[in-house]
Amino acid sequence: MAVDMNMNVLIVDDYTTMLRIIKNLLKQLGFNNIDEATDGTMALEKVKAKRYGLIISDWNMEPMSGYEFLKQIRASDEAFKTTPFIMVTAESKTENVIAAKQAGVNNYIVKPFNAETLKTKITAVLGEF
Amino acid sequence: MSEPIKAEETKDSKKQRIVGIISSVIEKVGKNEQVSMTAILTELRDLLIVIEETRAEIGQARPSDIKGKHIPGATDELDAIVEATSEATGTIMDACDVIMEKANEVGGENGDVIVAEVMKIFEACSFQDITGQRVSKVIKTFHDIEGKIDKLVSVLGIKITGVGEEEDERSEDEKLLNGPQLTGQGVSQEDIDKLLAEFDD
Repeated sequence: MAVDMNMNVLIVDDYTTMLRIIKNLLKQLGFNNIDEATDGTMALEKVKAKRYGLIISDWNMEPMSGYEFLKQIRASDEAFKTTPFIMVTAESKTENVIAAKQAGVNNYIVKPFNAETLKTKITAVLGEF
Repeated sequence: MSEPIKAEETKDSKKQRIVGIISSVIEKVGKNEQVSMTAILTELRDLLIVIEETRAEIGQARPSDIKGKHIPGATDELDAIVEATSEATGTIMDACDVIMEKANEVGGENGDVIVAEVMKIFEACSFQDITGQRVSKVIKTFHDIEGKIDKLVSVLGIKITGVGEEEDERSEDEKLLNGPQLTGQGVSQEDIDKLLAEFDD
């Protein structure tokens, strides 16, 4: 099934630079509806207000980290349990990857990354587009 | 009786001295024969002198400066790095946005090449996020050090002296090397121009 490029995508990062980079990369890949949040708390509010087809989140944020955000949405409404979630983070230790996987992450990108890596990981989660 | 403590003792010899005094006291108390209280008191008095000297030496090293001056100064500089790189990255990305718009107007193969290259610039800008996170870790480490020094000072009962009482031992040249200034600490280019113009009058 083809990926709906009009799906809502939520990107979460406390650095506006990263939000801008990811947003631009996603636009280049063809995604049109991109929302932003600067931490897990704000992201959680957005997720409750709108249905997202893809969430791309940083890990290290205050007050709510991306990891906590992931755990909360996976533990909440049934609808959020399967929302594709990609962690984009500088945390590259094995235990982080394992913890994120156990919390229900669909894919994991280590910063710094390039457009090709982002596309590959999104494809792995959503399918070819 | 123990030998008098010399002020110029090195750290190692002072440590050996403390160990020697304590061993001597333990040995004397441990013997079955009657212990001379005077001998024990002399040993303990020597021990007290060493401890007081050590406390005084740590106090002279002005550990309060680490909390009051050095760490705040270093963290301010690091914050300024993050702010400056963030501003510069924003400017680069603003320019990239404009180039992308123009590239889309150009279209065709040339337009695609320009867009692809601009995207590489965008990717490279992620350095700002990484450096920001690394700097935050360094700042946290500074605060941990600050906390440990606070505890050490508290345990040793060292009097905290005020900040700024230390004599500046830097050379005249070194005293002029304080840049780059943080926001609000230096003067503007405009002010410098005015100042220089005053010399020409």
